[in-house]
Amino acid sequence: MATTTEAPAVKTVATRESYGKALAEIGALRTDVIVLDADLSGSTKTNVFAKQFPERFFNMGVAEANMIGTASGLAHTGLTVFASSFAMFAVGKAFEQVRQEVALPNVSVKICASHAGVTTGEDGASHQMLEDLAIMRVLPNMTVIVPADGNEAEQAVRAAAETSGPFYVRLSRMKTPLFLPSDYRFEIGKAAKLRDGNDITLIGTGVTAYQCVLAGEQLAAQGTSARVLNMATIKPLDVEAVVAAARETGGIVTVEEHQRAGGLGSAVCEVVAESHPCNVTRLGMQDRFGESGPGDQLLEHFGLTAPAIVAAANTLLEKNR
Amino acid sequence: MIAVADRRAPRDPDFDELAAIAHELRIDVLKMLNLSASGHPGGSLGMADVFTTLFFGGHLAIDPQDPTWAERDRFVLSNGHICPILYAILARLGTFPRDDLWTLRKLGSNLQGHPDFHHTKGVDACTGSLGNGVSVALGMALSARIQNKDWRVYVGSSDGESQEGQVWEMATAAVHHKVDNLTLLLDWNGIQIDGFTKDVMDVGDLRAKFETFGWHAVEVDGHDMRAVNDALNAAKQVQGKPQAILCRTVLGKPISFMENVAKWHGVAPDDDQLAQALTELGTAP
Ligand SMILES: Cc1ncc(C[n+]2csc(CCOP(=O)(O)OP(=O)(O)O)c2C)c(N)n1
Ligand SMILES: [Mg+2]
Repeated sequence: MATTTEAPAVKTVATRESYGKALAEIGALRTDVIVLDADLSGSTKTNVFAKQFPERFFNMGVAEANMIGTASGLAHTGLTVFASSFAMFAVGKAFEQVRQEVALPNVSVKICASHAGVTTGEDGASHQMLEDLAIMRVLPNMTVIVPADGNEAEQAVRAAAETSGPFYVRLSRMKTPLFLPSDYRFEIGKAAKLRDGNDITLIGTGVTAYQCVLAGEQLAAQGTSARVLNMATIKPLDVEAVVAAARETGGIVTVEEHQRAGGLGSAVCEVVAESHPCNVTRLGMQDRFGESGPGDQLLEHFGLTAPAIVAAANTLLEKNR
Repeated sequence: MIAVADRRAPRDPDFDELAAIAHELRIDVLKMLNLSASGHPGGSLGMADVFTTLFFGGHLAIDPQDPTWAERDRFVLSNGHICPILYAILARLGTFPRDDLWTLRKLGSNLQGHPDFHHTKGVDACTGSLGNGVSVALGMALSARIQNKDWRVYVGSSDGESQEGQVWEMATAAVHHKVDNLTLLLDWNGIQIDGFTKDVMDVGDLRAKFETFGWHAVEVDGHDMRAVNDALNAAKQVQGKPQAILCRTVLGKPISFMENVAKWHGVAPDDDQLAQALTELGTAP
């Protein structure tokens, strides 16, 4: 069976790298775009922007709460502000500032945070943010986006820059395949159907979207027609796409490198429970923290790669029979 | 291993022996990081002399064979990223098998990328998110008074970490509550991830800052083990307030190509770099 490591050779890029590239491009077009970082500009890739526009880049040091507060102040005066750190610290450390000074005043602060999920790898549990979707998607005014590959990351960052209000863009450290078609169009709030099918639906977000595509191919090989959705926008969720999946395929498997509680899977369950109940299997972290190891090994270890998705789909199909 | 009889008694270790230990710990750190292919050599090497003096100079009342002994002195590494030096120390003390060192950061290892006591014997707190560990240490120190115990708490921190507001919340609270069984050892190497601290976010005169906050605050050469030892002895005599020992260190010391170069904050040496580093330390790769 194909795993991440055996996947066909495709070009890979980390979504944080695409963020850095897009941000510098935006900076060249718009002088009202300001970037803040908290001593991680080499990792979050805001250093690309910093090099080209030093007068619009502020390193705020290892002080994330103050960074978010400052970003808010800048945005209050009409500027569009990107603030970056690791997801753990940008929204973990500074959650209260994010809520009170970004979401509540509804200002244009775009929190673009890298190193989300277990694919953060060797740094271990303290650095693997697994609760950010849960805490960010419940904030009024906040838009939450998890790009599936570098192509989508660039488009999502541009959309964030062009749309007023608070954004959270969840980015990955690990290089992942550029698998979305070249004519792929990201749209805020819209799920992308990467494969059509009517036996079951697989929904991924971020790095797990590609794993869902691989799982969809493997299920097809066994004669199961799986629909595959890339849910890049966690909030506002594409309710229509979820209800259609429930109605037309009768079963949904969600996959995320996040706690099973509170993230994509929970968001999907909220929709189907209210609108069109069906069986849902949520793959994610089972109420536990991550640990150190290479990102791709961790993804597999925690059951978030294609083989585990196929197994979960088969179990759900069995249950539905 | 270390007598508890008088935790405040001054220590007078054999400094030649301490130097030899620090030397071997540095070799371990470099080999560990080469094998893990990621991690933080700069601060680990830079604080080797300070931590060797603390752990092997007899300042800590701990039992390496019984790392959860309730009466022990606590050590919290708040700048958790430099845990390779802590792991090398704990292995040398016999708290866990030396072979564990070569599994650092690998899937299933006892040695996580940042300190986590669920995985590692001898580690007292989960740290890695800067700013947090210092407060945990304060709580451990305060607890001794509440429970009528006499353990002391040592906490490692850094100039980069001192940018976190939480450090100064802790600094204010520790003085307010007159906590005097808390000693902070701060790695003042002038470097953080994005470059020199003076360029990224100047932290100013950290000794003066801690003093202004009400701490007993001294600045020492963090590579002069006698000075560090004196500072540790003096800290134990201080009554009614916490103590900060601001350790001037050189990131990456004594590896020529690592010293004072920000890149070596968090990049592991490859095979060639390891070979060169070990040669500089006078040992065969
Ligand atoms: C809250 C938090 N923000 C950011 C980081 C990422 N980080 C790890 S080490 C570091 C630099 C800290 O500076 P310092 O401890 O002085 O580094 P060193 O001297 O060891 O190179 C940063 C920003 C973190 N671990 N925790
Ligand atoms: Mg430093």
